Amino acid sequence: MSTADATTPVVEPLRPIRSGRSRNHAEQWSWLFMRGSGVLLLVLIFTHLFINLFSGDGVNQIDFAFVAGKWASPVWKIWDFVMLVLAMIHGGNGMRLLINDYARETWMRKTLKTLLTACVATIVVLGSLVIFTFDPCPLDASGDLLPGVPTFCEDVR
Amino acid sequence: MTATAEAPTKAGEVPSFDVTLRIQRMDPDGTPDHPAGEEYWEEFTLTMHGTDRVLDALHKIKWDVDGSLAFRRSCAHGVCGSDAMRINAKNRLACKTLLKDLNPKRPITIEPIKGLPVEKDLIVDMEPFFASYREIMPFLMTSGPTPERERLQSPEERARFDDTTKCIMCAACTTSCPVFWTDGQYFGPQAIVGAHRFIFDSRDEGEWDRLEILNDKAGVWKCRTAFNCTEACPRGIEVTKAISEVKKALNTGAV
Ligand code: HEM
Ligand code: SF4
Ligand code: FES
Repeated sequence: MSTADATTPVVEPLRPIRSGRSRNHAEQWSWLFMRGSGVLLLVLIFTHLFINLFSGDGVNQIDFAFVAGKWASPVWKIWDFVMLVLAMIHGGNGMRLLINDYARETWMRKTLKTLLTACVATIVVLGSLVIFTFDPCPLDASGDLLPGVPTFCEDVR
Repeated sequence: MTATAEAPTKAGEVPSFDVTLRIQRMDPDGTPDHPAGEEYWEEFTLTMHGTDRVLDALHKIKWDVDGSLAFRRSCAHGVCGSDAMRINAKNRLACKTLLKDLNPKRPITIEPIKGLPVEKDLIVDMEPFFASYREIMPFLMTSGPTPERERLQSPEERARFDDTTKCIMCAACTTSCPVFWTDGQYFGPQAIVGAHRFIFDSRDEGEWDRLEILNDKAGVWKCRTAFNCTEACPRGIEVTKAISEVKKALNTGAV
């Protein structure tokens, strides 16, 4: 026995090629989010397209007054805000998956993801500002209503 | 039956035809015409029979034309999984692909399977593929004393993982996966098939260890449901379905 022990070569177990396991099921949440947000986006986007391009006068109705009229209602403000945020996070997370696939070097992955986060954050902030600080009845320098504003602006004044 | 006119071929004779094989080659030591490590195409035109497979054509080249051609094969009958290669841009076993089914009128392209390092000609380094398989712990895990006799299982319990027991580790699925091509860290379809075979086995108790491993960054969530794996599998395993069952087990917490 002891001689056999001395001469038997020790076979090193092959090391796994990956180490460090999942962080709080992050990838699982990402997968579920893509499907959940996908279903919501389906409803949000197609209703949006139907209302803007199909119902009423169709695509010809879209002008400043049309947008102002929609955003006079909090329902459409919330609708567009949710659509903006969901689409940006969904699209941003989708791009993160692609970066993980294609960018091999750590520095490249880090750089691209930083750029991506900056883009997503900028667009969400700018879009939200447009939605929530929107003035349906802008005035020109002399204090008159600008042309093209919705008709209700006359009553509001 | 009345006597028929003389047939163009003798009874029992197999029709023969000329076929061109366009093979991607690479010699790590180089050849007089090609520097070491260069990948290049070489064409061979052979006279083959209607009953011949791609593997028979490769044998003919190696034995009669160019002995330096390197490829793997062992059983030659679709059992060992040695000879998966990319034939006319699809992963198949050379020993299960008849030449006549590939339109022999046009050159047949043969490349090594993609996504693994090429060692020579059609031979790739399978180690990253096997390493993924080892990581999902492909062995029976149980607790308690070993029973005196077999561990019993009902036909229904067996049916849950029957499909994934058929795997011959040929790597056709993993090397057909676009996610594996771009990110070699991904475990790949075969490792998930291998894990599925134990996760859904009623006799095994290691299912959550394996599910945790596949919950990794490089695990099942990388799958984009491309179905390339299911199409490539020479054993007809529904690979994408098996991957979905693993995702479902992780999402519902129930095996
Ligand atoms: C019409 C509603 C939409 C639905 C139902 C939907 C659904 C999905 C689903 C289920 C995925 C995950 C695919 C996978 O992991 O296999 C996905 C990925 C993705 N989505 Fe969407 N999506 C929609 C709208 C959008 C929009 C508006 C954008 C862009 C802002 C977008 C950008 C992306 C990107 C970049 C990916 C990643 C692609 C990949 O992983 O290969 N999607 N989508
Ligand atoms: S699942 Fe099919 S294609 Fe994949 S390694 Fe097993 S036998 Fe080959
Ligand atoms: S040589 Fe064994 S599977 Fe083809």
